[in-house]
Amino acid sequence: MNALELSGVQTRIGRYDVLHDISFSVPEGGVFVLLGRNGAGKTTTLRSIMGLRAPHAGSVRFRGEEIAGLHPSVIARRGVAFVPEDMGIFRSLTVAENMTLATLRGRFDGARLEWIHSLFPALKTFWNSTAGGLSGGQKQMLAVARAIIEPRALIMIDEPTKGLAPAIVDAMAEAFREIARDTTILLVEQNFEFARSLGRDMGVIEDGRIVHTGTMAAFAEDRALQTRLLSLSV
Amino acid sequence: MNQLSATMTRLGGVNLLPLIVALVALALIGAPSIWITLTVAGLAMGMMLFLMASGLSLVFGLMDVLNFGHSAFASLGAFVAATVLAHMSGWLGADSWVLNLGALAIAIAAAVGAGLIGGFLFETVIIRPVYRDHLRQILITMGALIVSEQLIIVVWGGSPLPVARPKILQGAFIWGDVSIENYRIFAVVLGVMVYAGLYVLLNRTRVGLLIRAGVENREMVEALGFRIGRLFIGVFMLGSALAAMGGAMWAGYQQLISPDMGAKMMIVVFIVVIIGGLGSIEGTLLGALLVGLIDNYVGFLLPKAALASNMVLMMVILMWRPNGLRPAAK
Ligand SMILES: Nc1ncnc2c1ncn2[C@@H]1O[C@H](COP(=O)(O)OP(=O)(O)O)[C@@H](O)[C@H]1O
Ligand SMILES: [Mg+2]
Repeated sequence: MNALELSGVQTRIGRYDVLHDISFSVPEGGVFVLLGRNGAGKTTTLRSIMGLRAPHAGSVRFRGEEIAGLHPSVIARRGVAFVPEDMGIFRSLTVAENMTLATLRGRFDGARLEWIHSLFPALKTFWNSTAGGLSGGQKQMLAVARAIIEPRALIMIDEPTKGLAPAIVDAMAEAFREIARDTTILLVEQNFEFARSLGRDMGVIEDGRIVHTGTMAAFAEDRALQTRLLSLSV
Repeated sequence: MNQLSATMTRLGGVNLLPLIVALVALALIGAPSIWITLTVAGLAMGMMLFLMASGLSLVFGLMDVLNFGHSAFASLGAFVAATVLAHMSGWLGADSWVLNLGALAIAIAAAVGAGLIGGFLFETVIIRPVYRDHLRQILITMGALIVSEQLIIVVWGGSPLPVARPKILQGAFIWGDVSIENYRIFAVVLGVMVYAGLYVLLNRTRVGLLIRAGVENREMVEALGFRIGRLFIGVFMLGSALAAMGGAMWAGYQQLISPDMGAKMMIVVFIVVIIGGLGSIEGTLLGALLVGLIDNYVGFLLPKAALASNMVLMMVILMWRPNGLRPAAK
């Protein structure tokens, strides 16, 4: 079964039609990468899935059930986690408080917390510090950690490597590989190297429409397609 | 100069402002006995303003809702409490402090109950349809303030209503040549207790954590699986109940209330939250204490300037800190 299926999704922001026709399927497990130029509609697609910007037409099926139009909190409780482009960290709260809020009942599963600390040791170091004082990379780690503190079926991550130092990007890739073992990741990414190293399947959005879907392996081979869809220099 | 400001920050930064204002006032007033009287009066007024304003600040912080009708709850609380007190003259005048304070407790509880119910109705009927639309919020909540005043006239009549004080809170506490009204001490004590309760709620409980997180980033709280809307009704009702409580205490303080109390208080309450910075109760407390103290000091030193003093204070603070003294992080 597919983890997620979008078909004919259309979304407006104010008076503007931003998504015209978004249709793609994310298979269960692994990393699905959504590519596209700036302003193509990637963020809006993730927000539409999360219910933060409800589509006005089309369908969003999560594990076979329609979720379009549901409240974001309901979609979250069904098992979808979202790491927004701006990371959505509560800066005035501590790292610990940020993490507690990401659990539905305010209690940690000890083993899982330990696993997260081993993925992102900095979070353990700064556990009781105010999140606003973390570096950009640490904030991104916290944002991802929140999304996995309890088991979720699907994690959507919007441009996690933006502005991060290369060493941190590598650590992030390592963590994503580990997370993807038992969770589906829907990743929006501009860093093509990063995306290629992680993605199994992929899609490209252009001007609010899905214009290509396929495997990452095939896309990575096809320089002409890359140039046409993403203007990547060869 | 830099060293001075660093030291100030270490000692508490903007939290020191009320202390600084009090010390400057002491220098200007000279006589310590008068200064103590004015300071306690200022603190009492500040605590009551805090109660009346804190809900407004939280409501804005959590949902960006501008409620220009917030002080209607203070007015409602005042009239409900006055009515209850009028029916309990036996207890109020008794020689037992238990009966005295019992009557007051019942009156305040009635005001709080009215605030909770009024807050629920106000949120669902008036605020809900205008989420995310500031212009309509301002228009409809100002309208609601006017309507609430008319409703009070319908129920309680248009003439000012005298408010009875319990016997034990009449008179003053005399110490040397210092005299402090008992009611003011009561207002300070009760205000501090409510502030402490709110502080614990916001900083030591999960609901409080959700509120603080929601003030900072509402969408993210929803994406983590929580319904801000439900939390918001709770916060709105709590804020309305606190305003009603503040209004009830204000009624006993003034001993005479009139239906235009809500409209009169609205300006002061807005000045308090704007000075303090929206979304944080620490900021609201700071703003309320500053307004209370300065109102009393200026009222003594320059009676003619008393009316303008709050406005001037607000302008000076906004020029220095455009977001107020201690706004919540956004
Ligand atoms: N709040 C908004 N108001 C109006 N237009 C918006 C808003 N947010 C995004 N858009 C427009 O929607 C389009 C898609 O935006 P977005 O989904 O953020 O693209 P991407 O994430 O692919 O860069 C862009 O053309 C952008 O200008
Ligand atoms: Mg984007």
